[in-house]
Amino acid sequence: MPVVMDADRMARSLTRIAHEILERNRGVEELALVGIRTRGVPLARRLARAIREINQHDVPTGALDITLYRDDLMRTAVGAQPVIHKTEIPFSIDDKQILLVDDVLYTGRTIRAALDALIEFGRPKGIQLVVLVDRGHRELPIKADYVGKNLPTSLSQSVQVHLAEIDGRDEVEIQES
Amino acid sequence: MKKDLLSIDDLSGDEIHLVLDTTEAMREIGQRPIKKVPTLRGKTIVNLFYEPSTRTRTSFEIAEKRLSADTLNIAVATSSVLKGETLADTAMNIEAMAPDMIVLRHGSSGAGHLLSRICKSRIINAGDGMHEHPTQALLDAFTIREHKKRIEGLKVTIVGDLLHSRVLRSNVKLLTKLGAEVWVSGPPTFVPAGIERFGVRVSPKIDEAIAGADVIMMLRIQQERMQGAFIPSLREYFTTFGMTEARVARAKPDVIIMHPGPMNRGVEIASEVADGPYSVILEQVANGVAVRMAVLYLLAGGTQED
Repeated sequence: MPVVMDADRMARSLTRIAHEILERNRGVEELALVGIRTRGVPLARRLARAIREINQHDVPTGALDITLYRDDLMRTAVGAQPVIHKTEIPFSIDDKQILLVDDVLYTGRTIRAALDALIEFGRPKGIQLVVLVDRGHRELPIKADYVGKNLPTSLSQSVQVHLAEIDGRDEVEIQES
Repeated sequence: MKKDLLSIDDLSGDEIHLVLDTTEAMREIGQRPIKKVPTLRGKTIVNLFYEPSTRTRTSFEIAEKRLSADTLNIAVATSSVLKGETLADTAMNIEAMAPDMIVLRHGSSGAGHLLSRICKSRIINAGDGMHEHPTQALLDAFTIREHKKRIEGLKVTIVGDLLHSRVLRSNVKLLTKLGAEVWVSGPPTFVPAGIERFGVRVSPKIDEAIAGADVIMMLRIQQERMQGAFIPSLREYFTTFGMTEARVARAKPDVIIMHPGPMNRGVEIASEVADGPYSVILEQVANGVAVRMAVLYLLAGGTQED
């Protein structure tokens, strides 16, 4: 399986994105990070750490589970329900610039669900999208504001992101399915 | 998951843990400013209640609404049942209107199983006679797990009207399945014959049963189900089996006291205990909504048979 991003490149991508975030957003006080479960959450934490290293500012960080907002829930009567996890957003998102973080941007449906879920927590000033990998094949009009790596893929391929916090190693690979 | 939730027997140990973990996530929804997710949008759920109920019916209805299901309540007092319609006929008529789930509370044991055979809709048993009340046992387990961080190895003592209690049966099945040491105690007239076969320890002496307990669960004296004299008087019952502060002192210092409600203060439980620091009775009610959301969500998926 070809590895398209190793630990070193991943770390550098995240540092670059942290700089881009600070360049684009003047008021660092109004930033907040929300990671989409599962792998968006450790990525959001790493970005918070990277931002702290640059300007010593702590950006509040939360976790969002979008399962209950998925558009493919209960469309087929086969198989068990997806396991849901806890959403933890321990701060008000009102008037914040929310940085929504996910590992892979693909059809855009997860992000659509995440936007619906987020809006129920309040009225943010804006929402910006951060992804580690953009693999194309969008089915909805959604675009990322910060991308770690653009990765041209075919529909028969799958992109696997491994993160040390969950999988024991930092790596992105492409699999033929 | 199976098609229906009629009994704790329908759930494996893993599925029970799945329900409890899902409950954890569902509870967070109740703490949001907008307490609603779109998950069961377009699903119709009928709450069919043949017995009076405030807690359970309200709890199910709030759970259904938080998941965006369309709900309707049929209380028997205002339904065709009073005109002589049988449960099976009522069920077939409701089924003809194609609901997705039916939540049934009925005075006869096994009523849910009858509906399950007739209906394609998912059936959730919200209490059938003296048989089972699975969502109550699940919310009790969730409350215990939250306080004790585990269920396996705990000493859980259930005291009171064991005979008429569907809460007892569901709790015994669930707690023994997850490895708790379950003790039961009550006057001999309230102890069902052969209850030891469920893997519980029986003691007619309440003080022995609650010694060193991690959890004490009090059951209501169900006067509406009693045919004949089971106890000499409520006063005497309170003296012998009522939960008082003096008795609570025999359990572990961090014991929690539970009651499925509605409580008879001064009959099975003293007010000082019900309102005391170790009482988790209102937490049980609060957790009930999240547990029912979890059950509704999980049952709305595919079944093992698919």
